[in-house]
Amino acid sequence: MAHSGPMTDWRKAKLPVFAFLAPATIIYTLFMIYPLIDSIRLSFYTTPSGGEMAFVGFDNYRTILGDPDWSATFWNSFWNNMKFFAVHMLVQNPIGIALAGILSLPQLRFRNTYRTMMIMPTMLSVVIVGFIWQLILSPVWGVGVDILDIFGLKSLFGPWLGKEGSALITLSFISVWQWVGIPLMLIYAALLAIPDDLVDAAIVDGATHFEVFLHIKLPLVLPTVAMVSILTFVGNFNAFDLIYAVKGALAGPNFSTDIMGTLFYRTFFGYQLQLGDPSLGATVASLMFLIILAGVLFYLFAVQRRLARYQL
Amino acid sequence: MSNKVFAKGLAAALAASVALVPLMASAGELVIESWRNDDIDIWNDQIIPAFNKEHPDIKVTFSPTPPTDYNALINAKFAGGTAGDLITCRPFDASLELYKQGNLAPLDDIAGMDNFSDVAKSAWQTDDGSVTFCLPMASVIHGFIYNKEAFEAAGVEVPKTRAEFYAALDKIKEEGSYIPMAMGTADQWEAATMGFQNIGPNYWKGEEGRKALIDGSQKFTDKPYVDTFTELASWANYLPDGYEAISYPDAQNLFSLGRAAVYPAGSWDISLFNSQAEFEFGAFPPPPAEGSDTCYISDHTDIALGLNAKSPNAAEAKIFLEWMTGSEFASLYSNALPGFFSLSNHKVEISDPVANEFVSWRQKCESTIRNSYQILSRGTPNLENELWNISAQVINGTVTPEEAGKAAESGLAKWYAPHQ
Repeated sequence: MAHSGPMTDWRKAKLPVFAFLAPATIIYTLFMIYPLIDSIRLSFYTTPSGGEMAFVGFDNYRTILGDPDWSATFWNSFWNNMKFFAVHMLVQNPIGIALAGILSLPQLRFRNTYRTMMIMPTMLSVVIVGFIWQLILSPVWGVGVDILDIFGLKSLFGPWLGKEGSALITLSFISVWQWVGIPLMLIYAALLAIPDDLVDAAIVDGATHFEVFLHIKLPLVLPTVAMVSILTFVGNFNAFDLIYAVKGALAGPNFSTDIMGTLFYRTFFGYQLQLGDPSLGATVASLMFLIILAGVLFYLFAVQRRLARYQL
Repeated sequence: MSNKVFAKGLAAALAASVALVPLMASAGELVIESWRNDDIDIWNDQIIPAFNKEHPDIKVTFSPTPPTDYNALINAKFAGGTAGDLITCRPFDASLELYKQGNLAPLDDIAGMDNFSDVAKSAWQTDDGSVTFCLPMASVIHGFIYNKEAFEAAGVEVPKTRAEFYAALDKIKEEGSYIPMAMGTADQWEAATMGFQNIGPNYWKGEEGRKALIDGSQKFTDKPYVDTFTELASWANYLPDGYEAISYPDAQNLFSLGRAAVYPAGSWDISLFNSQAEFEFGAFPPPPAEGSDTCYISDHTDIALGLNAKSPNAAEAKIFLEWMTGSEFASLYSNALPGFFSLSNHKVEISDPVANEFVSWRQKCESTIRNSYQILSRGTPNLENELWNISAQVINGTVTPEEAGKAAESGLAKWYAPHQ
């Protein structure tokens, strides 16, 4: 490394360092940083019908957060997004950890088959996932009702995707089903990195596999779990596709499945007779960015620094 | 970084589809932008060849996009300067905005523009009516399509009045072999478009009520609108189980598979049922109340064609538009797409019996358009989108008809002066 060698080595190394960093920096600046800054800039402007773009300061933010209609819509989508995130944290990640723990058991057979099957939904297009689940849960042709019937639970079936109280939760579960492979893979990889002698020593000391998992493996993969959580947070607050594919941009019934991504889409591009408003849309996008930024900063300063890391 | 991942993704998708167009088009070649991707065969096999018989030197390409993406895409294409020469126009504000931005050219000087009535042109004119910027193509009519076998099985006649209609639905429900009415509320728009806007004109007396809403002399809390919502709410009794999660294609399939008796329809559904239903079906207009002497139908101006103001092929495009004002196009279009009725004054023979039934209502009933389309969907909250949400909720039973009227009115009152 540079700091371990003499000064001249570092000077010599400089050029290649910049040369290697340049492609990523340029591409990242061009396609990520510039659009981000430009979109924030756009949120400070407005375009009156048929007129020129004009600077309005924080007016768009005042509209979104201050106008009763806009703020109700905005906070509705925010809380729906929080629920969407909560379901992923409480269901997707524990299931991912549990499945990874089971997959890493030494005596498990057909390990690769299971692994492939579990990652499979992640590779499907969201449109297909939405379509399949709409069919499964359809009150007219769905197999969902038949499957419940086998267990004598037919009376429990309802048009879950169409009810205000259950639509968002149902969509969250569909999303969990699709994405559970990601935490599974990341945590599985972290579990594999744990040296066997640690586990062997614990087994010799009389620990069960469950105890080994709880007291040895889990603490060792906690940094990965934290990383999975922040990825889930960012992914969920950027989510859009599944809701759009299943419920459309109006995210019904009665906006009960409206999350920030669909709100952004409606605002920016418009919907049916509602014309798009790029500046207000950019404002929603910038607020989404701020929310995600706040979450990531919280993670960096409050969570990541406190995680105990062990040198294996 | 994060929100831009998503925004960039969308932008990239738009840019990718936008970028293809200039590569395809060359000088003197017209590109038609449209959301009617269902119609691509009809344009390529019938309409464009018919045009090329008269004008073999003008090459025309029909380039449709999915309907739900169209508005966003066309705006992006105009912004990027890559829009085609001829632009299919949505009715009212979406196109008016394109005209105001200077993206659509005025078309008053097109020869043959007088083949269209003022009502037909009203959806594509400035508010004062001085400039027409799209050439009216077609309207769609709402009504009910019914399964003749189902009506026979239950022993019911085609209803003439509202009372007969619900008596018939009750009888079909009692008989039990058919779902009385095929519709769902999952996509929300059917509830508003095939429900509220379909049966409503009989309550608010068509144009009279529509104009009264615009000038503010009627409100959504008035009797005609609450009554419409009340009738709509009663549909829940006749819809299939779990209708809250039944989508538009589900409802179409339920009817075309012969499992439902009545289908609240837009005339555009005819061609699908023609190709898929294996039983005889007919149509009837929304039945008016007992003893009312006039019936009202929603005969909605739906589709038009405009000229990109920056088109390099404006001269050729105008030749195409002029040809579209003629009777050949009117007849070709109405017959190729049963359920889309030409808005021109030419007398057109329609061979499809059900489409013919729909268009015959123009003679015996008063026509109107959907009341949320002109002016009233200009502000935030958007009335049309509000009506989707509210109508679906009325059928779902989550709001009462009175609450529905209040919700629609308070949304309008927030930004529209005549309602404040």
